[in-house]
Amino acid sequence: MAKYLLSVYQPEGTPPAPEELDAIMKNVAAFEEDAKAAGVWVFSGGLDAQSTATVVRRSGDEVLLTDGPFAEAKEYLGGLTIIDAADLDEALHWGRRAAEATTLPIEVRPFHWA
Amino acid sequence: MTEVDRVFREEYGRAVSVLVRLLGDIDLAEEMVAEAFVEAVRRWPPVPPSPAGWIITTARHKAVDRHRRESTRDARQAEAALLAEPSVTEEVGPVRDDRLRLIFTCCHPALNRAAQVALTLRLLGGLTTPEIARAFLVPEATMAQRIVRAKGKIRAARIPYRVPHEADLPERLRSVLAVVYLVFNQGQERPDLAAEAIRLGRQLLELMPDEPEARGLLALMLLTEARRAARTDGGLVPLDRQDRSRWDAELITEGHDLVRQCLRRAQPGPYQVQAAIQAVHTDGAATDWVQVLALYDQLLVLNPTPVVALNRAVALAEVEGPAVALTVVEGLELPDYAPLHAVRADLLRRLGRSAEAADAYGRAAALTVNADERGFLEARRASVTSGSGGP
Repeated sequence: MAKYLLSVYQPEGTPPAPEELDAIMKNVAAFEEDAKAAGVWVFSGGLDAQSTATVVRRSGDEVLLTDGPFAEAKEYLGGLTIIDAADLDEALHWGRRAAEATTLPIEVRPFHWA
Repeated sequence: MTEVDRVFREEYGRAVSVLVRLLGDIDLAEEMVAEAFVEAVRRWPPVPPSPAGWIITTARHKAVDRHRRESTRDARQAEAALLAEPSVTEEVGPVRDDRLRLIFTCCHPALNRAAQVALTLRLLGGLTTPEIARAFLVPEATMAQRIVRAKGKIRAARIPYRVPHEADLPERLRSVLAVVYLVFNQGQERPDLAAEAIRLGRQLLELMPDEPEARGLLALMLLTEARRAARTDGGLVPLDRQDRSRWDAELITEGHDLVRQCLRRAQPGPYQVQAAIQAVHTDGAATDWVQVLALYDQLLVLNPTPVVALNRAVALAEVEGPAVALTVVEGLELPDYAPLHAVRADLLRRLGRSAEAADAYGRAAALTVNADERGFLEARRASVTSGSGGP
């Protein structure tokens, strides 16, 4: 088994309407339940807005804080799921499920170590 | 070509696919097979009765030796697994499955098309990286990097080495067939690549005899290849002027047989329909355009792209005349596609609109990279220009 990160890429701008968001959240919950039932689920969560981020950076002996995300981007990390899958085909199966549930692009990437 | 070269060309893919299964690592498999061929150069002739079996067994022994030298716990386990494996030389079944597994790994949709093509030619075709680089007109370093990256992704992301499940097979097969057809089309200017694509096509059909599209693709390639000599006879020769005696009768017979087998199965797909169109073109003394048009109607349903619509318009011109076809062609959104301008030019010429035809031939020639095609288009342009008495 190997661990894969499924990242949700979210476009900047207005979020979906509340009823649309409700439907998406229901689908995401069902996705998570199914992944748990299949024994592949490790962790999942949705992130707060980019504006809530703080970057911590070492500079010489000091550590500096910056208000805001590491890099402003049109599409940013909106949430993630970590799964433990046998191979890429299994990971892509769950990636597809996540894309269907969130209606957003999902990047499937193996962990180098975990 | 020496006997070892010949065996290398024919059996490299088979040997690598068995070793990939045994070793679980593409690089190591390639290295062991390469060492086995070095050994073959030293020991042959006489060539053993089963050269592929000899290469596979020798490569396996090399892998065992390698693991012994390393003598770590992992290596000892791998060695035990290798020794426990029954001899593969007599078993045809598993070896066939191994090649099929490797094709599906090389053409996995998680790899980009260029990487799929490069890996397939390298691992199954036994082409070297410089040969593949030359065929696709990219620097050798670029091609080497592409192959290294693809192999790295297979390893790190764990792209599996297996034939896909029934449910995924149609989609995954599409990508395999697309890779083979892309190699074939690259072979329009490189006969060796066309031959390689046909060899891969034959393998696919042998491995998946129940897949009608694999049969259709092989038929399509054979019937196109059959006309190579006549098509490129001192520049590009259009179908209606080709010397039919220069067509390869053997390939045509084989292609027609495959098309008939497809028709009996009645599970049409885009490659089968394209093969059927080629079969009509290569049947009898002249093309039956009504039949070709009916097939293009079918292809357009399966594959509703502007390129198919353009090819259909060529048949439409033969059946209903150039004016009807021109209306269709002028409605297509393919601004930089040379064949569109070539077809449009031809229709304008037939309608006697010489000045517009000359412009369109010029546009088509400017967009064409193939020297033979450009020569043909420029000659046509000159002939309509002189015919109309224009500048």
